[in-house]
Amino acid sequence: MSAVLEHETAPAPIVREPKNYLNVAWTVRSWLLTVDHKRIGLLYLAGITFFFLLGGAAAGIFRLELMTPQSDLVESETYNKLFTLHGIIMIFFFLVPGIPGVLGNFLIPIMIGARDMAFPKLNLMSWYLFMIGGIFTLYVTVAGGVDTGWTFYTPYSSTYSNTYVMATAVGIFITGFSSILTGLNFIVTVHKMRCPGMTWFRLPLFVWSNYATALIMVLGTPVLAITILLVALERGLKIGIFDPRLGGDPVLFQHLFWFYSHPAVYIMVLPAMGVISELVAAFSRNRVFGYKLVAFASLAIAVLGFLVWGHHMFVSGQSLYAGMVFSVLSMLIAIPSAIKVFNWTLTLWRGEVTFNTPLLYAMGFLGLFTIGGLTGLFLATLGIDVHVHDTYFVVAHFHYVMVGGTVMAYLGGIHYWWPKMTGKMYPEGWARFSAVLVFVGFNLTFFPQFILGYLGMPRRYHVYDEGFQVLNVMSTAGASILGIAYLFPITYLIWSLKYGAKAPANPWNAVGLEWMTSSPPPTENFIETPVVDFEAYEYHRHPAERHG
Amino acid sequence: MSTTATLPSATAKRTPVVAHHFDDWDQQYDACVLGMWTFLVTEVMFFGGAIGVYMIYRWQYPMAFAHASNELDVWLGTFNTFILLTSSLTVALGVRYAHTGESRKVGWMLIGTIFLGAIFLGIKAYEYYTKFHHNIAPLLDLPFDWGGADPGPTKIFFGLYFGMTGIHALHMIIGVVLMAMFIPAAFRNEYRDGNSLGVEVIGLYWHFVDLVWIFLFPLLYLVDRAITAPPAL
Ligand code: HEM
Ligand SMILES: [Cu+2]
Repeated sequence: MSAVLEHETAPAPIVREPKNYLNVAWTVRSWLLTVDHKRIGLLYLAGITFFFLLGGAAAGIFRLELMTPQSDLVESETYNKLFTLHGIIMIFFFLVPGIPGVLGNFLIPIMIGARDMAFPKLNLMSWYLFMIGGIFTLYVTVAGGVDTGWTFYTPYSSTYSNTYVMATAVGIFITGFSSILTGLNFIVTVHKMRCPGMTWFRLPLFVWSNYATALIMVLGTPVLAITILLVALERGLKIGIFDPRLGGDPVLFQHLFWFYSHPAVYIMVLPAMGVISELVAAFSRNRVFGYKLVAFASLAIAVLGFLVWGHHMFVSGQSLYAGMVFSVLSMLIAIPSAIKVFNWTLTLWRGEVTFNTPLLYAMGFLGLFTIGGLTGLFLATLGIDVHVHDTYFVVAHFHYVMVGGTVMAYLGGIHYWWPKMTGKMYPEGWARFSAVLVFVGFNLTFFPQFILGYLGMPRRYHVYDEGFQVLNVMSTAGASILGIAYLFPITYLIWSLKYGAKAPANPWNAVGLEWMTSSPPPTENFIETPVVDFEAYEYHRHPAERHG
Repeated sequence: MSTTATLPSATAKRTPVVAHHFDDWDQQYDACVLGMWTFLVTEVMFFGGAIGVYMIYRWQYPMAFAHASNELDVWLGTFNTFILLTSSLTVALGVRYAHTGESRKVGWMLIGTIFLGAIFLGIKAYEYYTKFHHNIAPLLDLPFDWGGADPGPTKIFFGLYFGMTGIHALHMIIGVVLMAMFIPAAFRNEYRDGNSLGVEVIGLYWHFVDLVWIFLFPLLYLVDRAITAPPAL
């Protein structure tokens, strides 16, 4: 069965070296100064897991507060700081750098047959910038917090809020550069580092979607940077730009902010879509249906994503006609997303499906992302958004796409590539159990929020009408289940590092260059530079035939 | 492709050291140049955001902005444009000499570029000084004496003027520092083999910084200069 791993031109196993990227050196220095993309991926994994837990803790506290209609656990100011911290950490320090930082860094060079990223030192620098930005955020957390919401609307953020807005802004500005450099590195790597025979249309779809993500990072993030800088100039030097008292226009801030932040939601979800393509293909043993369509859908999403920001501002005083145009454009962007969902479904339909943990997560993604995307269409409908804007309906929508979509895919991907990254198998039984628990906990947490929003409960308040209590208690109960369910993988994955079974080079019998090198791979990924003469996802070619 | 093609065939070329993860020098060269171009794209978006804000306010307050822009010294601005364009010439010559392996000349061209850059920054500093002197620098809580109409939008104009030219100047300072780092190597004759990559990449950056000024200059100094008094309605 391992015959499928080997490449035709290299009949002997490509790698039989005991030395791999993990055991070449053990010192702390060898980690902190590494330029190996695989080690940098693991550095990201550590950083991101930490911030995920911190952001989760903030959510845990405010979900407890929301069990009752009155204010009992925390007061208003603290509540505002908690949801702000949660949003900032989860978006800028978990979802945006998450899949590209961990899985993208680890896998892209291997998947294209390269020895490393194009700019390994820049890659390490991205991680340091991410961590420095994170330290600012930690400082803010300890020093007393910030209460503007993750959206930093002016003039509240630039003039009135007397919390740590500047320090937070500096932190996000710095992490933004981490994101820019990652994007730059991905683009150059995919263009220039592909091994012989690895044409654009042989690239795994994971690479395509990360490439599309990198385009957004490179085009969108600088606009966030200049926006933050302008807010800082207004707050620090008192230059009037967004403050109406100084003749400035606060809606202009919203335009600039969403010009980045809507594309940023695709920075968060496109890499997840790439993971899903890999998982669906591997566990249905099937070539992804309509490969090219899925690849181009990623690019279409990257481009269209820049044209819809105004759907966040339907009630911010933008002109009605602008609203109508943005409404139509927002619906267009659902098309490439839907194409992908249909194609994955068709891939499964025609395949021999095995329900391992990664596929369970992928199935979760398919269902939850579809709900999230469809409710996005509700919100993009001008007339409906006037009613549900700034209610829990929006909160539920974006959690379905970001948590139900991205986090599910992230966990699925971590399980799928864990044997490759660490050389150890995770315990399948526990993993399946946790995957189901995550799904149940997630839906119990966020489905009631659709109803709450529809009934009119506004977001960002901790005191609410008594009629909403039952649904809120359900949501908090779900959040408790979800919180525990997330702790399982963290625990058993760490456990597996010591006690897990040793992973073979290709535990899933999957195709793709990453499965043709040892687990874990050697420092420069392959002993010999691979030569590719096969398409992506060649599951239809029988292993025997391939070697015949 | 790339540098090697432009080398005079007579030059005995030593292969530059290729980093471990590249297959050959061409790959490394292409990757670095593409990397710089990609970085410049991010810079376009960065300055594009600021210029966008400026244009929106210009469109919202056309009269106030026209009057405020008359306060800028168009002659100093023109002179600075000339200086900066000349510095683009010197850096381009530097790249050319790096191609042809005339290492010392590369050094002199970089020194010339830095010199011109310094003149630009000096003049810019003088312009800033006059704004502070005339109390039209709306920074911190400095007094802002604006005799004319619309002090609010005028403040925005000067705020954006300081913000945009300040960020541009910062880019120039970074460019000057980076170029200075290449000078010792140039005088150690390290570019004698036509290994122009480093100089070429920094050259791209410098041209871009020039290009930003080519946009800032007309936007801030020239547009609607003819309007000096409110039109009779
Ligand atoms: C099918 C495509 C999508 C459409 C048409 C869509 C539409 C919308 C609309 C109209 C809003 C504004 C609601 C309001 O504030 O009243 C919104 C909010 C939001 N969406 Fe989506 N969306 C889509 C996909 C996504 C995806 C894939 C993500 C993230 C991965 C996402 C994340 C968000 C977030 C974070 C917000 C709330 C921002 C805030 O105000 O804090 N959306 N969406
Ligand atoms: Cu959006």
